[in-house]
Amino acid sequence: MYEIVDKKDLNAENTMLKVKAPQIASSCKAGQFIIVRANEKAERIPLTIADWDSKEGWIQIIFQKVGASTYELADYNKGDKLMDFVGPLGLPTHAEGAGKTVVIGGGLGIAIATPVARAYKQAGNHVDVIIGARNSELLILEKELDKIADNLYICTDDGSKGREGFVTEQLEELIKGGAEYKTCFTVGPPIMMMFVAKITEKYDLKTVVSLNSIMLDGTGMCGACRVSIGGEIKLACVDGPDFDGHLVDWENLMHRLTAYKDEEREAMEEYQKKNECCNEKKDGA
Amino acid sequence: MANATERPKRKPRSMIIRTKLPMPTQHPEDRAKNFNEVPYGYNEAEAMFEAQRCLQCKNQPCVKGCPVEVPIRDFIILITERKFMEAASLIKTKNGLPAITGRVCPQETQCEARCTLGRRYEPVAIGNLERFVADYARDHDEEVAEIPPKTGKKVAIVGAGPAGLTCASDLALKGHDISIFEALHKPGGVLIYGIPEFRLPKDTVKYEIDYVKKLGVEVNTNFIVGRNKTVGELLKEYDAVFIGSGAGAPRLLKLSGINLVNVYSANEYLTRVNLMKAYLFPDYKTPVKIGKNVVTIGAGNVAMDSARTAKRLGAENSIIIYRRSRKECPARAEEVHHAEEEEVEFRFLTNPVRIIGDELGKVRAVECLEYELGEPDESGRAKPIPIPGSEHLIECDVVIIAVGNDPNPLIPMTTPELETTKWGTIVTETATGKTSMKQVYAGGDISTGAATVIAAMGAGKIAAKSIHKEIMGISDDDDSKVSLTPGTFKKER
Ligand SMILES: Cc1cc2nc3c(=O)[nH]c(=O)nc-3n(C[C@H](O)[C@H](O)[C@H](O)COP(=O)(O)OP(=O)(O)OC[C@H]3O[C@@H](n4cnc5c(N)ncnc54)[C@H](O)[C@@H]3O)c2cc1C
Ligand code: SF4
Ligand code: FES
Repeated sequence: MYEIVDKKDLNAENTMLKVKAPQIASSCKAGQFIIVRANEKAERIPLTIADWDSKEGWIQIIFQKVGASTYELADYNKGDKLMDFVGPLGLPTHAEGAGKTVVIGGGLGIAIATPVARAYKQAGNHVDVIIGARNSELLILEKELDKIADNLYICTDDGSKGREGFVTEQLEELIKGGAEYKTCFTVGPPIMMMFVAKITEKYDLKTVVSLNSIMLDGTGMCGACRVSIGGEIKLACVDGPDFDGHLVDWENLMHRLTAYKDEEREAMEEYQKKNECCNEKKDGA
Repeated sequence: MANATERPKRKPRSMIIRTKLPMPTQHPEDRAKNFNEVPYGYNEAEAMFEAQRCLQCKNQPCVKGCPVEVPIRDFIILITERKFMEAASLIKTKNGLPAITGRVCPQETQCEARCTLGRRYEPVAIGNLERFVADYARDHDEEVAEIPPKTGKKVAIVGAGPAGLTCASDLALKGHDISIFEALHKPGGVLIYGIPEFRLPKDTVKYEIDYVKKLGVEVNTNFIVGRNKTVGELLKEYDAVFIGSGAGAPRLLKLSGINLVNVYSANEYLTRVNLMKAYLFPDYKTPVKIGKNVVTIGAGNVAMDSARTAKRLGAENSIIIYRRSRKECPARAEEVHHAEEEEVEFRFLTNPVRIIGDELGKVRAVECLEYELGEPDESGRAKPIPIPGSEHLIECDVVIIAVGNDPNPLIPMTTPELETTKWGTIVTETATGKTSMKQVYAGGDISTGAATVIAAMGAGKIAAKSIHKEIMGISDDDDSKVSLTPGTFKKER
């Protein structure tokens, strides 16, 4: 069992958990992920390692409440125990010798972008960071990133903070302005990563994307996470999660991510039904 | 004419019962809708009846057919004497997981293939009897074997499949401290994630694993060797390492459309259903696509398990397509038979050309070619040759690829000292389980490629024997000190 040593709701959508897992904390690197199975009936959910401390032996994960499983995970509190917590999975982000780098995080992707930006920085590269969200309320880790980044650019769809518009517009402006990046790393919703890759392709800028395909075991055993990279089948859990953004078959990735849309809806209804009845009980008591 | 004394003691003809006593099974119509085990197993009277069929041959050909040489004749004699607990103890001297092998061994190509009775009639139902004895012992509070004093030696076992579990229990019974490291959240390997509940109840697997734990073996789940620690790092803490990491990487066909939504590897499909219990969705949270028309490609055990699972999940049509004919199906005969009874549809001499999707990227059909049998190929089997112009579509909404598994590359990748073959298996000395790396042993599917439960167990046993010799400094000529017999078993209470 793995104890939750801290919990914070970052905003209405995103939750942070700090979990005691010394074995993982002592061997993980930026860009890797864990799989959590909260209880006997829960799914195995892959989540990127947002931060860790090998001395204190904890791993921090940040996730967005998108379906029944993540809502349920967000119901766990400090002191509660998670049944299974396995990692580190996937290959670490390769930060050495990257040169001047721009790291782009969108939405929850900001949580993944943070340790990666730190790794690029620690490897001696100049690092600019662009983060974006629908509105200022959903922006996370701004302070942490401000400390890491040489320059931090903020974008919101509604203009409630920073630039009004998409991260892609900010990126193109920087490139046109002569930023001369050697590497671009991006993580966030697939559609955002796809558009970032489209822009960088125009400028022949090497682009690394972190893919979040559906996973099950996370050790290369099931093939659920397969993605098409330059026409070849790759497993995101062992060959990735980082891939060359210019080679990804984005349409296929987005299709595969919808595989369980109907089932997710059913599970969500079930979750809500359960919660309503519990809340009624609580209210009645 | 051969010497009369060497010949099996013949039963009078009139006493020979020609056919196996069939095990009672769930009715096909009922069982195609549930996940409960298909055969119920013999009761005491039935087991004793079947055991009486045995000719008690002097030369015991059946034993030679068993990869771990279970004393088959002798345990069957004990059954005829109603000594079921003794029979169980006797089997356990060679085979630590009889409740499992009794259910999943391909007996028709092993022990039962050599049975004298089988030359003219049906062989003795050895598998059924083994299963009966193991289940009986479990239901009658079988006692744990006595463990000798601790040797102070430590061995790490990678993977909790049949190979690892067997190696672990044999070494624990020699007094060594054993730690198993398993990547998944439950031990058992293929027994827990691959083979379905209706063929191998997970309670049975859990019981056998609990037995291994009772021997003092420590099982660490959620531990990935190669990520949490490498084999090299384990060697710093342990006197030896055994690798039984299996052949868990699905072979995906190089077919166009392989990445479409609802195209599964059998591993994914079965893991969702067995390990994650997707058949109880949404109570259990892992989903699986319930197809109306499910096509499974391949005809081994894995394919049968997938197609029969699809039927139970509610598929109207569960279709198996296979390049060769029924005769060549690599699956256990009983599984093919059960699949047919459950109205799984077989399209033999048929092979997929491509998988076709709709505008949302979901699978819609498989395009196939028909084949005819030609001259025998290198494997000695008639070579299937495509019939030109026989292209046709099979409409479907789920496709399961069950054409085999390769070893998972993680351990070889993170252990450069380990020599591997071009198929990714670890080079292993068959007689000892030794690898190219000092103090490191391997066995099971990681050494042989996907094979059988009993072969993996046999390899685990062989490695346990050599590991014991190496860490205790016993030389090869001193072999008599090392028996494979695990401990002594206490008598029935
Ligand atoms: C669906 C299916 C049906 C089958 N049916 C039959 C049958 O009826 N009869 C029969 O005899 N055989 C059958 N087989 C084959 C049989 O199951 C295998 O040959 C056997 O399980 C191999 O045993 P093993 O111990 O070598 O490996 P596995 O059972 O594969 O166990 C390996 C274990 O190692 C773990 N592991 C892998 N890598 C690591 C790592 N890096 N760190 C830690 N742990 C790791 C895995 O998670 C797994 O638990 C079937 C196989 C499948 C897939
Ligand atoms: S272990 Fe398998 S092959 Fe050996 S006797 Fe039992 S069923 Fe037959
Ligand atoms: S998650 Fe199963 S192979 Fe990647």
